[in-house]
Amino acid sequence: MTARATPRWLASGAASLLTTPLRADDFLELVNPLWSRRQLWGRVEAVRRETPDVATLTIRPGRGWREHRPGQYVGTAVRVAGVWRHRPYSVSSAPGRPDGCFQITVKAARDGRVSRRLVFEAAPGTAIRLDSPAGEFVLPEEVPERVLFLTAGSGITPVMSMLRHLALRDAMPDVVLLHSARTPEDVIFGAELRALAGRFPRLRLHECHTRPARGTVDPDRARSQRLAGLLAVCPDWSRRSTWACGPSGLLAEVETLWSEAGVADRLRVERFHPAVASPAVPGPGGSGGGGGASVHFTRSGRRVATDGATPLLHAGESAGVLMPSGCRMGICRGCVARLGAGRVRDLRTGVEHGEAGELVQTCVSAAAGDVDIDL
Amino acid sequence: MPDRPEMTAADIDELGRELDQIRAQVTASLGEDDARYIRRIICVQRLLEVGGRATMFASRRPPAWLAGTTMLAFAKILENMEIGHNVMHGQWDWMGDPTIHSTTWEWDAVSPSDQWRQAHNYRHHTYTNVLGKDRDIGFGILRMTPAQRWNPAYLGQPLYNLVLAATFEWGVAIFDTEIDRAVNGEKTWQETFTHLGAMLRKGGRQALKDYLVFPLLAGPAFLPVLLGNLAANVVRNLWAHTIIFCGHFPDGVETFTPEQVERETRGEWYLRQLLGSANIEGSPLFHILSGNLSHQIEHHLFPDLPSNRYAEIAPQVRALCERFGLPYTTGSLPTQTANVWARVLRLALPGQAAAPAIPAPRRPERRVSAAHRRVRAQYQLAKYQLGY
Repeated sequence: MTARATPRWLASGAASLLTTPLRADDFLELVNPLWSRRQLWGRVEAVRRETPDVATLTIRPGRGWREHRPGQYVGTAVRVAGVWRHRPYSVSSAPGRPDGCFQITVKAARDGRVSRRLVFEAAPGTAIRLDSPAGEFVLPEEVPERVLFLTAGSGITPVMSMLRHLALRDAMPDVVLLHSARTPEDVIFGAELRALAGRFPRLRLHECHTRPARGTVDPDRARSQRLAGLLAVCPDWSRRSTWACGPSGLLAEVETLWSEAGVADRLRVERFHPAVASPAVPGPGGSGGGGGASVHFTRSGRRVATDGATPLLHAGESAGVLMPSGCRMGICRGCVARLGAGRVRDLRTGVEHGEAGELVQTCVSAAAGDVDIDL
Repeated sequence: MPDRPEMTAADIDELGRELDQIRAQVTASLGEDDARYIRRIICVQRLLEVGGRATMFASRRPPAWLAGTTMLAFAKILENMEIGHNVMHGQWDWMGDPTIHSTTWEWDAVSPSDQWRQAHNYRHHTYTNVLGKDRDIGFGILRMTPAQRWNPAYLGQPLYNLVLAATFEWGVAIFDTEIDRAVNGEKTWQETFTHLGAMLRKGGRQALKDYLVFPLLAGPAFLPVLLGNLAANVVRNLWAHTIIFCGHFPDGVETFTPEQVERETRGEWYLRQLLGSANIEGSPLFHILSGNLSHQIEHHLFPDLPSNRYAEIAPQVRALCERFGLPYTTGSLPTQTANVWARVLRLALPGQAAAPAIPAPRRPERRVSAAHRRVRAQYQLAKYQLGY
């Protein structure tokens, strides 16, 4: 323990004598969440509309914030209808803002509870929970000589942080930015990108506007053609360090192309949605029972094969995992465990649910596909 | 269930379905209003606590002492009843808020939250009013049903109950360490000592804060602050004891045998919760101060539904009781308290006669069948005790 840490430890120990069983943070958060030490909070300072369904939120982080690296995302939790919902968003601002704030740029998804809340309802003063910035989709300290950014839609957001960072340092390498959006108006940061391209001759911007032509065009084929067309603009793509961010379909295709060219090591991709291993089985009323699933108890390091009808509690016990349990009928909640990944089915209602971090009642939940349980 | 010929298995299933329906309706409609409710209650509670303790620093003036003590007593009551008890039931887990969650909450009471959750959420709520399983029947020291075999120690139970009421948080904490289960060999002594140690550490910290740290901070007001904190704790204890005893021990509430609950269906489980609990009538503020345990029946049917919703579903539950001819035991706080104390006094003496000293239920036409059921239940219990 350092000399500086000791008094702080003493202070917090003394404070907890006054607040036990609560912590000083429990009182401080009521006054200003940003003062909290146990939970990183942020406060929305400004909301700027970028396009009709995209907004940039300027957020002042509270105690414990660590500056992001360009390209990283930040985990946010937003209260929607009383429930804290967790979503990661790429930081779109460059690090090192003099006001200490950072920005995320959010596109409202059609059924996106969190994104719609952030884009249409967040106002200055809204408090959100934050995680520290994370992610490996970043610019290295030593920026490569030749760079390709391949982005589509809101996939521009992490790349925008990189471009702004490079522009601020006035150290723009040879960059090609290939960006797709539906229309010129839908290009997020369109004006700024065009201005940057005007200012830095070494930054070449190529926009592709994809508003579908009338008629029945196979979307996959259209995308392939567009990608081929884009890459024709940048014939040396395979020799460039590449960052790609956009819809899953595009990224899958890019990954295939790059690995076929033997240059997969030059490609970094960032996804906004989990890659779906197989098409989701539509299962109203009864996808359970059939397909086998694997439950991974991450802390115990055990994996259990199970089906869609066995409670996670039973699956864990049969594997010798120390499962907390209580009434075993969904009442006392003595059995709740944190879901690491995947989704579960509530055996009582048949409803599938689950988000990473959610606490599930293992005694009445079965795995709906592979799941990770933090036990 | 053998002692309830008037309800067929199909009736009980139907009752279960109706109650599931109520549960589903509430669950589906939880939202921002509910979340705001609990956040607001927590905010009010913390303001009262800070305000009460601050005011007490001036407590060499009697009005300040009274005001500070009152605020602190209300804060402690809110913290234990409407917040702690309910949060630890998981009523607010749906919000996904790590600071208002059953697995992270610690309350201002001696019993550590994990021990209390085990003893209360699991044993009491799963085995409600099952003799020999629900340790809450008499908390191990009181004879609260004639089915408990009398012994001379019970002669002192009016006194025990008074002491228990004044020191309730300690009573509950000792009770939650389940020493009796260790004596019976149902639990290892090692585990019991671990629980006891955790309880003493927790209780020690709480006592240190109330009886040393804050009085010392008050300097010359050391003694008034100490007495104010003590008074607030005692008031909270008396209140919690009263509310809880009115929830399961007034006349009209039934007890059950372990055989009766073997292979219980969901409908039968609901029925037992319904017959084993009693409500208390009062104003909205009273309901909040009771932690909505004044809606004990609704709480026992749906222990993990947010407490602010019990009032709205109470009429539906009551209507179901009328439809199925079931008692819905309720009464005012004075009536139910007198009723419970009458029972404590009566059962201090030997004998099985359970003539109600104060008839509580308001539906005389149902009292016959309720009394009939009670006699049947006692008969079953007597058989069980005699080992038949």
